[in-house]
Amino acid sequence: MSEFTAALVATVREACVRRSGTDAVAACADGGWNAELWAALEQIGVTTLSVPEELGGAGGDVAATVAVLEVLGEYSAGVPLAETALLAGRLIADCGGTVPSGPMTAAVTGPELRTRREDAGLSVQGTLARVPWARNAHHVAVLDNGRVLLLGRGDFLLRQGTNLAGEPRDDLEVDAVLPASQVYEPPADSPISARALRSRAALARAALMVGAGRQALELAVAYAGEREQFGRPIAKFQAVQQHLAAMAGEVLLAKGAVEAAALAVDTQGDADVAVAAAKVVAGQMAGVVASLAHQIHGAIGYTEEHSLRHSTTRLWAWRDESGNEDEWSEVLGRRALSAGTGGLWPLLTGTR
Amino acid sequence: MDLWSLEPVALAAELDVLRADVRAFLAEELSAGRIASHCDQWLGGWDHAFSRRLGERGWIGMAFPARYGGSAAGALARFVVTEELLAAGAPVAAHWIADRQSGPGLLKFGTDEQKRAFLPGIARGECFFAAGMSEPDTGSDLASVRTRGSRVEGGWRLSGTKVWASGAHRAHAMITLARTEPRTADRHAGLTQFIVELPDPAVRIRPILLLTGEHHFNEVVLDDVFVPDARVLGEPGSGWHQVTSELAMERSGPERVLSTFPLLALAMDHLAEHGDRASAARIGAVVGRMWALRQLSLAVAGRLEAGAAPAVEAAVVKDLGTRFESVVIDTVRLLSQVVPDPGSGERLSRMLAESILHSPGFTLRGGTNEILRGVVAKELGVR
Repeated sequence: MSEFTAALVATVREACVRRSGTDAVAACADGGWNAELWAALEQIGVTTLSVPEELGGAGGDVAATVAVLEVLGEYSAGVPLAETALLAGRLIADCGGTVPSGPMTAAVTGPELRTRREDAGLSVQGTLARVPWARNAHHVAVLDNGRVLLLGRGDFLLRQGTNLAGEPRDDLEVDAVLPASQVYEPPADSPISARALRSRAALARAALMVGAGRQALELAVAYAGEREQFGRPIAKFQAVQQHLAAMAGEVLLAKGAVEAAALAVDTQGDADVAVAAAKVVAGQMAGVVASLAHQIHGAIGYTEEHSLRHSTTRLWAWRDESGNEDEWSEVLGRRALSAGTGGLWPLLTGTR
Repeated sequence: MDLWSLEPVALAAELDVLRADVRAFLAEELSAGRIASHCDQWLGGWDHAFSRRLGERGWIGMAFPARYGGSAAGALARFVVTEELLAAGAPVAAHWIADRQSGPGLLKFGTDEQKRAFLPGIARGECFFAAGMSEPDTGSDLASVRTRGSRVEGGWRLSGTKVWASGAHRAHAMITLARTEPRTADRHAGLTQFIVELPDPAVRIRPILLLTGEHHFNEVVLDDVFVPDARVLGEPGSGWHQVTSELAMERSGPERVLSTFPLLALAMDHLAEHGDRASAARIGAVVGRMWALRQLSLAVAGRLEAGAAPAVEAAVVKDLGTRFESVVIDTVRLLSQVVPDPGSGERLSRMLAESILHSPGFTLRGGTNEILRGVVAKELGVR
């Protein structure tokens, strides 16, 4: 980890300790939004990480962004940093646009969104489903066949929804005529594509999951050390020790994969295999870690009063967002099958 | 060392050149029929001549400095060479233990005379080692070894029995862990490592055949064998520290992930022809996990390169990697619908058979996975 990233991570962790402790997370039940933490993160200057500074971003690479997301995942932080920095911010910046301030989110158009040129601008009508943090976002960047539409709060009606952890996943009913200033046309050599956006979203979710996994492990280790049965802490039983070690292995594997994938994104042209693999193992980790953490905690762990739920409900929610294990496995499987017997090893090692 | 500060490694561009050289060499060896691809070749593939050809190219003893015949290329260069060899299913068993642990152990703890005596031969692919750790009553509990070393004029006399000593019947030496002081409350104290040169009239070596009938394991009976002072490795009494540092090197390498890779690769063409959508996802799940496990093993190699002894990280690699090696077998078995048969004319069927029959060893050798999880639990502070 670079010195810059290490310092950033330490500062973000400090902000989380102060503003996203167990009580703060529990108090954010109303949609999960943690306004105080967001303000602190804006002040630190990390909310637009990986967006070039000349376009209004905070600079930094994807590795630094992923390192920050791991911390936010650990603290169940109710802030759309992934959406603002890696998704909306990068979409706008990749069009050469200047990134507006405030929390943002992003979506991709489907068949339910229709656009039509009018004298006053671009007419946009239709729905966008399950947009993360839309109710808290000042802007929604919508990837529409290569160009990027910037929706303001007045451009849609919002129907609230949530994921398993209670984080906002809202449906938007869009009905707007966007002036040219809200429509970004991509440059000729644009890196923008729905695939690239989905890949960045998957990497962000995987990084958040690593953090949530570490927290679930830490809670389980602490609980096993405190809880006594048969006259000794349950951590003294080998069966429990083996569960904890299995959890640690899964988390370390997912963490290594996510960070290696971020490095690949920063240094290589083609990081598709790396990101897909990271999302697959993070999803596998989520299942193992959540179930073992609950097993170790016993009944108290699945009560509302216990904070384990903040981590495990996020693990369960995030493994299915931006493509679950099976979706990304299929991507990898198709690549492997077309690489064939002779091409599998070069595919795995990123070499020819 | 903090488990969670393990860093990903991006291999330097010059290692791409090395990789391409190794790959081209292996393609030529395979196409000329000098070697054949099999699974688990770091246990089963003993081929002196192939080891010598690797030695000629400087691909053994890459961790040794030039004055001991090595290339001083480092842990990451060695990682690249070994993973290419394993992925190709090349026969690397002859030099494997010498290159992976005995040589680095000698380099770290040996005298200059010992280094000059053994390391150049190891690097040439001519001097092979066996590991003398386990005993009939000592498996996971390594500190309970009963082989005794007693002081005599000019050296030591060793008596005891070692088991599972892979390749001891063809090795030139075996690094042997023995108790040289009575057991005390500190059960790790009083152990010493000896370099027992082979063959020796006082050492009887008897095969212990695998369930396939293959001869790799041996029982090695040390019957009052004399070992001169010059063949004590490191300090008498510090054998435990030395042997555990050997285990960090033994547990983290790509051979803990790739034992069944040749099977997975071979299955790709078969499945591309016969598979469906569901099988793509199941193959991808294996491929994704293999990608991640390789990155983890590589990150540990990065720590070794930096001079650290990442024992806990190595335990994680081995625990996850070796369980995964059997997942590969099950995935190929279920998707390909090929019946495993060691005598089949079909390569996939034969390779499936050899993988299944070797699979019990994956999670045993180098420390059982239960013991490894105990190592991790200790790091977590619950043991």
